[in-house]
Formats: sequence, structure tokens, C-alpha cells
Amino acid sequence: MSLDLILFTAIASATALSALTVVFSRNIVRSALWLLLTLIGVSLLYFLLGAEFVGATQLIVYVGGTMVLVVFGVMLTAQQQFLKIRTRPQEWLVGGILAGSLFVLLVNASLKMGEGKAPPPSEALPGAGQIGVGFLTTYLLPFEIISVHLLVVLIGAAYLARAKRKPKEAPSDG
Amino acid sequence: MVELGLTPYLILGAFLFACGLLCIATKRNAVGILMGVELVLNAANVNFVACARYVPSFGLEGQVFALLVIVLAAGEAAVALAIILNFYNNHATVDVDKADELKG
Amino acid sequence: MKDLFSFLPARLDLVAYSLVIGVVIVSFIAGAASIFVWLERKVSGRIQDRLGPTRLGLFGLPQMIADAIKLLTKEDTSPDVADKFLFKLAPYLAFCASFVAFVSLPFGEGIVAYELNVAAFFVLAVLSSEIFGVILAGYASGSKWSLFGGIREAAQVVSYEVPRSMCVLIPVIVAGTLNLNTIGRQQMGFFWEWNLFHDPFTFCAFVIFFIVATASCKRAPFDLAEAESELVAGFHTEYSGLRWSYFFMAEYASMFAVSGAASLLFLGGWHTGFLPFEASASWGWGGHILNVLVFISKCSLLVMVMMWMRWSLPRLRIDQVMMTCLKYFLPISCVLLLGVCVWELFVPSVVELGWRYLSAAACALFMLGLVFRLLTGPLTMPRGQLPGAWAGVETPLMKAK
Repeated sequence: MSLDLILFTAIASATALSALTVVFSRNIVRSALWLLLTLIGVSLLYFLLGAEFVGATQLIVYVGGTMVLVVFGVMLTAQQQFLKIRTRPQEWLVGGILAGSLFVLLVNASLKMGEGKAPPPSEALPGAGQIGVGFLTTYLLPFEIISVHLLVVLIGAAYLARAKRKPKEAPSDG
Repeated sequence: MVELGLTPYLILGAFLFACGLLCIATKRNAVGILMGVELVLNAANVNFVACARYVPSFGLEGQVFALLVIVLAAGEAAVALAIILNFYNNHATVDVDKADELKG
Repeated sequence: MKDLFSFLPARLDLVAYSLVIGVVIVSFIAGAASIFVWLERKVSGRIQDRLGPTRLGLFGLPQMIADAIKLLTKEDTSPDVADKFLFKLAPYLAFCASFVAFVSLPFGEGIVAYELNVAAFFVLAVLSSEIFGVILAGYASGSKWSLFGGIREAAQVVSYEVPRSMCVLIPVIVAGTLNLNTIGRQQMGFFWEWNLFHDPFTFCAFVIFFIVATASCKRAPFDLAEAESELVAGFHTEYSGLRWSYFFMAEYASMFAVSGAASLLFLGGWHTGFLPFEASASWGWGGHILNVLVFISKCSLLVMVMMWMRWSLPRLRIDQVMMTCLKYFLPISCVLLLGVCVWELFVPSVVELGWRYLSAAACALFMLGLVFRLLTGPLTMPRGQLPGAWAGVETPLMKAK
């Protein structure tokens, strides 16, 4: 068993377990914590694969940014009696069948896809410099599009979340 | 010597995707649904980067796509949370089953 | 450094290496944190015209041991309404984030736990994960004021990460790589080879980076979330004993880590600045030890400047903190980024060399003049008079004469 395999087994099982706990945890703050651990696990997988730049970006954007946002959302909208909103068993059944069948389908496709790819290539993945050059030459259009997209998101989210003045007598409807 | 191939990564991606889908389908808390969406996006990213590693001609594209997905997911989480906050301000709850004003 | 353990069989050497590195880094952080605690009390005492701890022995150094014993033996309490699991987990999250940043920080030529090609980015990314421990601590304490403190800290730290990353980009553009080892190696030689004197934009970037890093370490004057008059102790109000010391060690570890990043990016890393060659190449083990000592003293000097700032400047309000970040530091760092790109592309080498030598000479003269004034000035002033730059200011004792 190579070191890669041992490390992958450890990290992947921790990630999968955290993802399961996200789904089945009844306390939304604990779900956020387990999601954080899942994202850290995925970042470790990127480092294991040799994609260091993507791994560091995952940490700084997802863990340090998006998860902080999600936890803020959890805390700003959490009320004691609503912290544990229950799902009915029928919904669990339908969701379980859906997720289970999709998982079987995807595993089927993965087994077929991964067949001829067993030996890992010896050269390292392109590093940060090459990714940067790629973003400015081959992938310039997606780069510009997501720049504009981020600007739109910034303005839109700031507008949506602005402090509104509630009218004194009528019920507020945004 | 059992070598680590592409298949375990793809299976992990599939598992994370199924977990994310289950999370979206069963959580009644709107922020919980957002967490499911993040799981789905991360599953796709794991697939991208694993294929970048094990398919030699895909090395740069896989990482570029993974970076694009990370950036877009962050933007989408921001907007989703703004919507959830608005919903909370108007209905005093984040239970999505209560979002039925247009029903019937 | 991994080949130190190559006498062990195949995968065992990596496992042994990582265990030893873990122990070394944790002991270094714990030792550095206790020394910084003592130093903070002494420095704050001297700035406030008193002596600091003196009772326990030589300069009060055994005070570190006394503090450690007190923290270890305190009662482990937690609030009743606290979420016990999250309450216990939060300090470890914060500490782990600061600890992992040391993994890719080179302490000398080749003396790094794991050399990453994206080390500068990695250190920033991992330090940004520390905020999760803060938020969870604030939430899990079950108290409204801890939650407010935690959320305010999170907003401040996350906002200040943007100008921090942009200021790190500036020496990275000059160096052409994210690898901290390479950036350190490029500054070999005399002190005018340091990135600090490369162009005016890098000089400003160092100052801005230092201030922004102080803010993102939640240090004064940006420590409103722990301000005693407002929120008792912010997110760590309900923590005592060993759990509190984890937060404490995490804070000093991240201060040391950002000082390490600053000294590697701007101040020449492990190079003394007075030798025209690489010390470890010429002097072997002695050179390595010299490099490590130089690096640690540069970082400690920067940490002492942070302590100096804490006890000299008044605290900023939370709206002033956010305004400073978003309205001042962010545009300034954007301008600096543009400036350094323009400098790299268009400025002729004559101007570059001229600026490098002139600015290095100006800084050296300034530092020498400062040291001269400090050494030749009187140790104490006559009664009622203020020293140094305050000499002309009237005090009540002067008027009473």
C-alpha cells in the first residue's frame, strides 16, 4: 500500500463521514461545523493530488470566506425554537431513493471512466505561474466573465441585504 | 503494490454529490439547503482536479475549471444568503416549507 | 530536511518526520508565546513608566513559569447554556490554524518543514481559517456579548484579509514566485538587496502590510472586540485556564507567523544584511544556526513593534476599523499594486538602482540617528519635565513652580 493510498483513505473517509454528518445532524450550527471539516478535507485532497494553488484557494475562499458567511447566516437567522426544524420521514424516503440511485449511477460511470487510468503520471501538475498565464491567454474570456459576474454579485448582494426603512403603519413587505 | 488510481477520487466525488443532494432534498432550513449546494459544487471540483491529475492532457484545464467553480460558488453563496436574510426579515422564519404564499 | 530520517524504512520516515516536526513547532509556539507574554508585561510596564513583573527573580523571567502553572491548574468551567461540544472544540480550531501556518514558513536556508511552491498564499490561506474558531467560541459561549464580540471580530478579520493579500502580492510580483524560500534567497547580500528598498511602492506596501496584519491578528489598536470596557473579553470571555491559553497561543503564533511572512517578503528573511554571501553555504552548521537566529530575531522585533503599538495608540471604534479598511487601505493597496506593476515594466535600471541605494542610505541614517538620540539622551528628566520630543510641553508641575 503506497503512502498516497493510506493518506487518501484517511482523508477521504474523514471527508465522507463529515458530509454524512452534515446531512443527518439536526442542529444547524453543528451542520455548519461538519461542512467546514468537509471543505478542509477536500482541500487536503487537492494538496494530495498536487494541485497546491487550488488547495490554498479552497482554504482561503471556501473555508475563510464562504463558510464564515454561511455561519453568519446561521447565527443571524437562528431562533431557539427553530434551531431544530424536523423533516418528515416521507421526505427522507424520497430523498434517500433519489440520492441513492444517483450515487449508484455515478459509481457505475466512475468505474468505467477510471479503468485505463491507473498509473499516475510522473510530472507535476501545472503550478501557479502556468495557471496565471493560462488565465491571461487561453482562458481570458472566462476570467473576464467571472470578473464582471463578481461585480454583479457584489452589487446585487449589497442591494438585497441593505438595511431597509420599515414603514411605520403598514406591514413591511420589502 | 496497490496504486491509487482515478476511480477512488471519482467515487468520493459521487458520494459527496449524493450527500449534497440528500441535504438539499431533506433540509427544511434554507441555510441547510445552501450547505447542500456547497457539497454538490465541491464534489464536482474533486472530480475536476482528480481528472486534471490522472488525465495528462487535462492538467491545466482541470485546475482552471476548479478555480472558476470555487469563485462562482462563493458569489452564489453571498447572493443566496442575502435572499435568505430577506426571507427571514419578511417571514420571521427560515423554514422553506413556510414559503408558500404563491401556492394554490 | 525530510532526508534526515532516511535511515528508517519507506513510509515510516515520513511519519516520523511529521511527528517530530509537529512536536518541534508546538514547543516553539508554546515557548515563544510564554516569552512574548513576559515581554509584553515588561514592555507595557516600561512604556507606562513602571517596571513590570520583578518579584520572581532575574528580571521577572520565572513569571512565565508562574503564569503557565496558574493557567494549567485553573478550574475548567463552562457556562450552563453553552453548547459543550462546540465550546470545547473552538480553541483547538484557532490553535490548529495558526500552527499549520508554520509548516511552510522557512526559518533559514532550506530549513522549512515542507517547502510549498505556493507558500506565501498558503500561509495567508491557513491564517484566514483561524476566524472560525473565534466565531464558534463566540457562539458556543451562550452569551449575547460573546456572540457580538465574535461576529465583530470575524467581520474585521475577514475585511482586513483583502488588503493583506494585496500587500503580499506586491513583493510576489517583484520576486516572480510565491515560493517563500526563493523570495528569501533573492534577498541575499547587503541590506540594500532587501525587497523593502526595491521601489517606493514596496516600501509603502511593507508599512500597510504590517498595519493590516496587526488588524487581522485582532491586536490593538484594532482589538475592539476584546475591549474590556465594552465586551469584557469578547469571544473568549467564558474561557479560562488551559482553553484560554490556547486562544492566547493562537494569537501570538499568528502574530509571529505574519511577522515571519513580513520579514521573508520585505526584510530579507534569514539574511543578516551585512554579509555579501550566504552564511550557511560558507559556514555550514554555524551558518544555519545564524540564519535561524537572525530570522527569529527579526520576527521578534516586529512582534515587539506590535506590542509597542498596542500600548501607545488609542483603540479604534468598530466603525472606524471597518472604514479604515474599506475606504483607506483597500484603495491604497490597489494603487500600490498598479504602481509596482508600472515600476517593474517601465522604469529604467538606473532609476531602480538609484532608488535602492538612496532609500537604503536614508533608512540606515534614520535608524542610526534614532539610536544615537536614544543613547545620548538623558536617562531621567528633572522633576516635572517630559523627555525627548515632548520637551517643550508644559506640565502642571512646571506651572506650579
